[in-house]
Amino acid sequence: MIQTTKSPALETRGLTIRFGGHVAVNDVSCRFTPGTLTAIVGPNGAGKTTYFNLISGQLRATSGEVIVGGEDITALPASARAKKGLGRAFQLTNLFPDLTALENIRLAVQSRADAGWSLLKVWNSRRDLIEKAEDILERVRLEDRRHIAPKALSHGDQRKLEVALLLAMEPKVFMFDEPTAGMSVDEVPTVLELINDIKQRGDATVLLVEHKMDVVRSLADRIVVLHNGALVADGEPAEVIASPVVQEAYLGLEAARD
Amino acid sequence: MSMSSALTLPPDETRRSGFFSRILSSDPPRSWVLSLILLAILLVLAATPFLFSGSQPLSTAAKICVFIVLVASYDLLLGYSGIVSFAHTMFFGIGGYGIAIALEQIEPTWASAGIGLVAALALSAVLAAAIGLLSLRVRAIFFSMITLAVASAVAVLASQMSEITGGEDGLSFQLPFELRPAFRPLEDQLFGVTVNGRILAYYLIFFVALFVFLLLLRIVNSPFGRVLQAIRENEFRAEALGYRVVAYRTAASVLSALAATVAGALMALWLRYNGPDTTLSFSIMIDILLMVVIGGMGTMYGAVIGATLFVLAQSYLQVLMAAGSEALEGIPILPILIHPDRWLLWLGALFIISVYAFPGGIVGRLRQAKQ
Repeated sequence: MIQTTKSPALETRGLTIRFGGHVAVNDVSCRFTPGTLTAIVGPNGAGKTTYFNLISGQLRATSGEVIVGGEDITALPASARAKKGLGRAFQLTNLFPDLTALENIRLAVQSRADAGWSLLKVWNSRRDLIEKAEDILERVRLEDRRHIAPKALSHGDQRKLEVALLLAMEPKVFMFDEPTAGMSVDEVPTVLELINDIKQRGDATVLLVEHKMDVVRSLADRIVVLHNGALVADGEPAEVIASPVVQEAYLGLEAARD
Repeated sequence: MSMSSALTLPPDETRRSGFFSRILSSDPPRSWVLSLILLAILLVLAATPFLFSGSQPLSTAAKICVFIVLVASYDLLLGYSGIVSFAHTMFFGIGGYGIAIALEQIEPTWASAGIGLVAALALSAVLAAAIGLLSLRVRAIFFSMITLAVASAVAVLASQMSEITGGEDGLSFQLPFELRPAFRPLEDQLFGVTVNGRILAYYLIFFVALFVFLLLLRIVNSPFGRVLQAIRENEFRAEALGYRVVAYRTAASVLSALAATVAGALMALWLRYNGPDTTLSFSIMIDILLMVVIGGMGTMYGAVIGATLFVLAQSYLQVLMAAGSEALEGIPILPILIHPDRWLLWLGALFIISVYAFPGGIVGRLRQAKQ
């Protein structure tokens, strides 16, 4: 395995969820260490997003544990998990549709600064939070959209804003769920660059669900393959892509076509 | 709940704040017409004792002040937090009964009024927190139903426990000496008006209402208020960002309940009476809803406009119609149509028209016109 020296930032142990008779995620144990970008791949319905939901707390596991920085957080709600450093960007754009782009980001910055319970100050008295939000807005190249509400933004800009919210949370673990889905070709590099920036910093743990194999190849240090809810392969990209089980489970069609 | 963006898009420039901007928590009316209307309402309410003679204008003005607080506190729930509660009159009633029971059962002094108010605030806070924590984590409709059930139960309780609450008859009581009509703080007249305890009571209500309104305006524009709006927009995402949605919603409903309790206490002080019909009744709940919607949800200033229009219509529409009916005498049907007995019909018609014409409320409409 690649990650032997560092202790994991995030770990799942036997993580399982059942919906009636259907096991959507089946006994997935996996460790994610700082400085590593792990791509989670698998066919549609393999349980990738469900696995994410179990980690970030949108769903409660039937059994198994989620451990962040050595602490068992399985019983915590999503908000408390976010405070523990789990940051999540969603596959389907999930923003505050009527607030401005800047306000969307400022709310994430405000949460990070634990400033939400201030009742008697005016919001704009925290100049530092606004400035930080503006910096992030620039990093995702949306500075000219600051006053536009997400419902009036293009799909690509909405995706960038989604990534901006994740950046604003300054998490220890970044979870991207198909960040480039539905983006036009010329917009994709902006997002990939941002993810690469995060990776280059070296101390971030990045989980990336992605369908595009070229993106996975260029960014991932490690690939985890889910199939029918179970972890079927885990290792270095070249090795995993070449392994027979992956060829069959996920890349089978692609390989046959080539 | 979908609202037009004119209501929800907050100004996010941070001008170096001046005095007014600070008082208004950086949330000015953002429309000249609206500013003028609000200023006119403020000035007329401030000067009512010296502008009009007789007791009815003063009573109407006092009621407007009370309802501004009541409606603004409901807007914190409905407009800013997206919570539909039917228990708002319950908290209004608790405030009224707090004052009434304390002044009637203990003695008519400031100390007992204070005890009554504090006890009422505590009871409201506990009830609001309990309802919130038990039911705000589940579906919105369930919360609304719970508030309806609790409010009905409290209304029944208030009418059954007649030894304490006076039952259906309510409680009449004496005010502390300084608020009685017989109290004359000044030897001479002021602007041709004899200042008495009644006028002092009015100013007490006016200033408390002004203070609570500005406090609510501050709360909705605080970092906390911004979280409430985020939760209203997308509670799932707010939770994922690290905001504990249930805790924020519960806090909003406690704050709103406290403000409604203060409003109830003011109402009782003015009327020197509290009973089911003046504070607890469900028809007041519907009036509040109408005032919020007509004024403009999620704007705070809408509460001022909605409450003023509604209370004025309630108080003077009948008089106006009587005059109109007399003037049109001799013409067939018309005098019968606007006979004062039919004032509720016309009030209803006015509301339907205004909601239809201004879906974002009057404030929403005025702000849109500016853009």
